[in-house]
Amino acid sequence: MNNAETAIEAKDMVKRFGSFIANDHLTFSVYKGEIFGFLGANGAGKTTAIRILCGLSKPTSGEIRVAGFNVFTETEKIKKHIGYMSQRFSLYEDLTVFENFRFYGGIYGMSRSAIREKTSEMLGKLGITELRNTIIASLPLGIRQKLAFSVAIMHTPEIVFLDEPTGGVDPITRRQFWTMIYEAAASGITVFVTTHYMDEAEYCNRVSIMVDGRIEALDTPAKLKARYEAASMNDVFIKLARNTIEK
Amino acid sequence: MSEYAINCIGLNKRYGKTQALDNLSFSVKQGEIFGFIGPDGAGKTTLFRILTTLLLADSGTASVAGFDVVRDYKALRKILGYMPGKFSLYQDLTVEENLTFFAGIFKANIKENYYLIKDIYDQIAPFARRRAGKLSGGMKQKLALSCALIHKPVVLVLDEPTTGVDAVSRREFWEMLIRLKKEGITIIVATPYMDEAILCDRVALIQHGKILVTGTPSFITGAYPWKLFRVRSNNTLNLISQLKKHPDIHSADMFGEYVHAGTEHGKLNTEAIHAFLEASGTVMTEVSEIPAGIEDCFIDLMRKENE
Repeated sequence: MNNAETAIEAKDMVKRFGSFIANDHLTFSVYKGEIFGFLGANGAGKTTAIRILCGLSKPTSGEIRVAGFNVFTETEKIKKHIGYMSQRFSLYEDLTVFENFRFYGGIYGMSRSAIREKTSEMLGKLGITELRNTIIASLPLGIRQKLAFSVAIMHTPEIVFLDEPTGGVDPITRRQFWTMIYEAAASGITVFVTTHYMDEAEYCNRVSIMVDGRIEALDTPAKLKARYEAASMNDVFIKLARNTIEK
Repeated sequence: MSEYAINCIGLNKRYGKTQALDNLSFSVKQGEIFGFIGPDGAGKTTLFRILTTLLLADSGTASVAGFDVVRDYKALRKILGYMPGKFSLYQDLTVEENLTFFAGIFKANIKENYYLIKDIYDQIAPFARRRAGKLSGGMKQKLALSCALIHKPVVLVLDEPTTGVDAVSRREFWEMLIRLKKEGITIIVATPYMDEAILCDRVALIQHGKILVTGTPSFITGAYPWKLFRVRSNNTLNLISQLKKHPDIHSADMFGEYVHAGTEHGKLNTEAIHAFLEASGTVMTEVSEIPAGIEDCFIDLMRKENE
């Protein structure tokens, strides 16, 4: 195993809640700088797995390293080296744009000057420097989503976890968002993303599909489509998930 | 009753500085599945709350099944089925108790109407004694639909029933809607998923409280003003920037593994695009002409609106 090249290394990851097995021996690696799509039906165990990988929940058993740190013993170190964003929880609506940057930058231990510098750089890139002192609640959803992503990577984490980041977003913003994901990955940040939009699965370097607590398939979109004789990732997903439900 | 199940004229609703609905007019025919397709914040929920008599418009009129949403709200509530975007059943009641409760307030007979919900409710019946709050997302959705249907409504209003739902459950949900349509129930449904548009009889694309276009999905895609090509390359971002350099290429957008390029009619063909990209050193594996989909249309209409 070459730890230098992997951002996440999971071997036999198991999480039980009583008699229910939410994660059933998950074994996978995520490579550095990769966009890794983490797909699955509702209730397949994705959220449980993400909580473990972010250091928020301890697995029942397994050997799991995130950014080189052990999920049993080094969760505080993990939290410093990752970023997280979801559709439901992202920015504080009553704070201004800059206050959000300052708050999250502070949590990640960035200096005041580094926070100021990073904020201007990122707002400049988005072309919204003039919104620095605007309250989040008054901004359109599309801009909020892009800001939330910028905040999640302002401390240049090794890995950023994106949990359904584009849910309910308009089709143009969705594409701009994916352009930002590509740029982050190109700069060396590993991207771990969940989505229900199957066209977005095509944007990932590799995709895993969870069904009933297990990883049923993991490969590049092209190879998955070839293996399941499917025209699109939507067909791959439906074949895998529906077959298993019918079992 | 008129041939229209829903008729709205000039609806306006403002929250502070935000114009949630901007002079919205549309009608839905009886027995149709009518889709409101648009992102969060487009005004879908505001509109549905007005139609279900839960919110008053600032101006304009709306009627559902011949009842005015303001004057006849009591009569209208009896014949409406409404599934809000947020799960709003009683979390502390069991599956069975929720269904009994909803049947009770509408004075409906569960046995008599059971045929309507059988396909859906049978799937959650094994959990009849479980509290609604303890159900999985997919099961909550099925229970909410059962409760909205148990009094056999004339019009069913569904606010984003498939948001956050996986592709398989989404497909099953739509199979259920198509069965309900056969029972003669008019269905109005909101969704942010563009691919669900083709499952509707007619749709309205909505953004910033305005309807961009209304019609059958094939009418809307047929009105797409550009000649559309799809191109595939090993480097999507580079491909997009190359395509945008061509004066006759109006737009280049990611669509899964492809890029869709909208071009001026009569200017380009696959060979010309191939030659242009090859000259720029772009490695591509496919260029072909394709018909536009709803998402292509939505993007194009959004750009026009923003201009």
